[in-house]
Amino acid sequence: MSIVTVQLGQCGNQIGFEVFDALLRDSHSFQGLCSKRENEAYQTSCKERFFSEEESGVPIARAVLVDMEPKVINQTLSKAAQSGRWKYGQHACFCQKQGSGNNWAYGYSVHGPRHEESIMNLIQKEVEKCDSFSGFFIIMSMAGGTGSGLGAFVTQNLQDQYPNSLKMNQIIWPYGTGEVIVQNYNSVLTLSHLYRSSDALLVHENDAVHKICAKLMNIKQISFSDINQVLAHQLGSVFQPTYSAESSFHYRRNPLGIDWQVRPPLSGLPPLGKMSLSKDLHFNTSIANLVILRGKDVQSADVEGFKDPALYTSWLEPVHAFNVWKTQRAFSKYEKSAVLVSNSQFLVKPLDMIVKKAWNMFASKAYIHQYTKCGIEEEDFLDSFTLLEQVIASYCNL
Amino acid sequence: MTQSVVVQVGQCGNQIGCCFWDLALREHAAVNQKGIYDEAISSFFRNVDTRVVGDGGSISKGKICSLKARAVLIDMEEGVVNEILQGPLRDVFDMNQLITDISGSGNNWAVGHKVFGSLYQDQLLEKLRKSAEHCDCLQCFFIIHSMGGGTGSGLGTFLLKMLEDEFPEVYRFVTSIYPSCEDDVITSPYNSILAMKELNEHADCVLPIDNQSLFDIISKIDLMVNSGKLGTTVKPKSLVTSSSGALKKCHKKPFDAMNNIVANLLLNLTSSARFEGSLNMDLNEISMNLVPFPQLHYLVSSLTPLYTLADVNIPPRRLDQMFSDAFSKDHQLLQADPKHSLYLACALMVRGNVQISDLRRNIERLKPSLQFVSWNQEGWKTSLCSIPPVGHSHSLLALANNTCVKPTFMELKERFMRLYKKKAHLHHYLQVEGMEESCFTEAVSSLSALIQEYNQLDATKNVPVQDLPRLSIAV
Repeated sequence: MSIVTVQLGQCGNQIGFEVFDALLRDSHSFQGLCSKRENEAYQTSCKERFFSEEESGVPIARAVLVDMEPKVINQTLSKAAQSGRWKYGQHACFCQKQGSGNNWAYGYSVHGPRHEESIMNLIQKEVEKCDSFSGFFIIMSMAGGTGSGLGAFVTQNLQDQYPNSLKMNQIIWPYGTGEVIVQNYNSVLTLSHLYRSSDALLVHENDAVHKICAKLMNIKQISFSDINQVLAHQLGSVFQPTYSAESSFHYRRNPLGIDWQVRPPLSGLPPLGKMSLSKDLHFNTSIANLVILRGKDVQSADVEGFKDPALYTSWLEPVHAFNVWKTQRAFSKYEKSAVLVSNSQFLVKPLDMIVKKAWNMFASKAYIHQYTKCGIEEEDFLDSFTLLEQVIASYCNL
Repeated sequence: MTQSVVVQVGQCGNQIGCCFWDLALREHAAVNQKGIYDEAISSFFRNVDTRVVGDGGSISKGKICSLKARAVLIDMEEGVVNEILQGPLRDVFDMNQLITDISGSGNNWAVGHKVFGSLYQDQLLEKLRKSAEHCDCLQCFFIIHSMGGGTGSGLGTFLLKMLEDEFPEVYRFVTSIYPSCEDDVITSPYNSILAMKELNEHADCVLPIDNQSLFDIISKIDLMVNSGKLGTTVKPKSLVTSSSGALKKCHKKPFDAMNNIVANLLLNLTSSARFEGSLNMDLNEISMNLVPFPQLHYLVSSLTPLYTLADVNIPPRRLDQMFSDAFSKDHQLLQADPKHSLYLACALMVRGNVQISDLRRNIERLKPSLQFVSWNQEGWKTSLCSIPPVGHSHSLLALANNTCVKPTFMELKERFMRLYKKKAHLHHYLQVEGMEESCFTEAVSSLSALIQEYNQLDATKNVPVQDLPRLSIAV
């Protein structure tokens, strides 16, 4: 089952490169304690998911690279080719000259419609190359103009054109303090639009990954390259092949096939009064948790702790909310490794912070003229705020 | 990648422009060792096969044949432009991209704007259109001029309206030299205020600079270089004021050092658009992030470092010092006090071997001493460009949209009123066809309105920030 990756904007393309590199490097690395046959199955599965084979034998990433200005794509293509281990397809990129100017409206309302056909054609070609296609992995940032605005537009189009395929968006949450001044506006607009068309949003916060580099890895001068590599490492350990509890003989067919969308029961929810976040979020309540274990001793690992009902919201049984996938094949030379992917209240605080800052700025109408001149009106902002307040409320209510 | 066209108007504009092209060539020569015409160079230069007569000589790829600046040179006197065309940079300019006259504007905005504006309107349009046609994707016009004279001020601002009408999608970034207090042109307040109205209405972004600040920077450098305190020498190429390594070698012209500072400002401003880096910042992002309301588009710039020490035994000035310097008055190109005024937005454009953690550490460090407007407490825009400027391992350009420009404007207005109340020299202006007293009163109103907007923002200083009530949702 193959995944087609769409890398958008500077962030998306820089990260995309690191992800493919990490995946391929892991698939060629030390196999741990698993058998040779096991290792070969792992390698084949990984290759099939993310790469296609060329006559020369060099794997080609199943990816479409999109950016509205050429510098980053050029760099990404050459870095991949230089590695010698893999590369991007020759005609897999779409590039323009002017950039989106950190303007979500420009990415969504101007670039989107203008280049819709070309971009969707490129994606279609990549999908057709897959023997069995399972879904899209879209990498984008929220703070800029292309990743965020054009990313939202493309995801919407994918929803329309491939309604039965899964779409997972990897979104990069910007640093709390300024990378881009209008990042909160761009983030609010991105999230509200993605909520309507994406199946799953996998979030990485720059602040969090930065802390990992600083505190856990002790890197002194942290570059974006360092941050992206940590990110790629995490993503790699989620996406590489594993066995689920049900089918222990074949590697999971659909790597994205997790039941991410959980609907609360229609009746029986307590009425919602005035929303107050002063309620202590001691327990991070989850609605879905996925643990992935790789390497030594996976069969004997004790995951009972994850089945504690206290971790989950009252209307869910842990058995419906918790999943564990395993493989004996070690990841990236680590004897043992574990990943937790969680759909919980963890992101409420950051989301609330972004909405708060964006709302304060919106009240002063600062920068709004930049958006309205590209067709995003104040009503669109209000719609986005409303949707996100609903999301925050729903999560708080778990 | 996009291209930009530089329009240099008047004596000051052309002298600065000349320094800019010189340093631009130097910078690209240092980066582009193989002599291949690449996208970075094409942002400011065309590649032309000079053997081809007429217009067909443009080459888009391959080896560099002959570089032509994407520039339009305009002056109503011939002296400066002629000197440029006889100097070492003569081959860089396209002979067809000049407009000159002989009589000059007599330090009179009305002559520059009304008389020469209408006289040369068609020619200007033609040259500008030509320069745009040579571009694959034109993103920005950079206008360089002074405010106090007649041509740069009057004709330069006439151009702005023309550019807005003719090329509405292309940005207009204006580098304006404001007259200092001891300016020797008596009518400079009139010229400046009349020009300000045009800048308010037709520019996307203005970088105000005054001669006094440039002069102070030079004095500071001279002090360092000549003091011999540390027994070190300064790397000549690294001086923000020098043309060392450029074509115009030994210049004794008094303003060259000052003009080089402005030239370096423009190079650093465009570096992240031309060269690669881990966090790019294109020109359209400057406007998007630093202009919260259309009228408030005046950005105070400061450049560091001003020089690099050549002696390798002295430890390099710590990176953090560079950030602190950017917020010190010594490095600003305008006399102003941003630290005690209100920031609406701030951009940090870093070049060289600096990473995101360095940037973040310094923002955290400097934030507490700076006041940001309530709705933009985290108003930082940052960029990281991998290529440092010539002679340096790293550099920083800070652009601040700050209410500290208000005193400059208020003082200008006062000087204007002192003259206007006595109607001094007014007849020189009113006798020009198309000029009436209303031009003056409207210009002052426009400036007063701008000052008032800054006042209103200043009034919010020191008021504790309160979060606004959020939307309440029914689930």
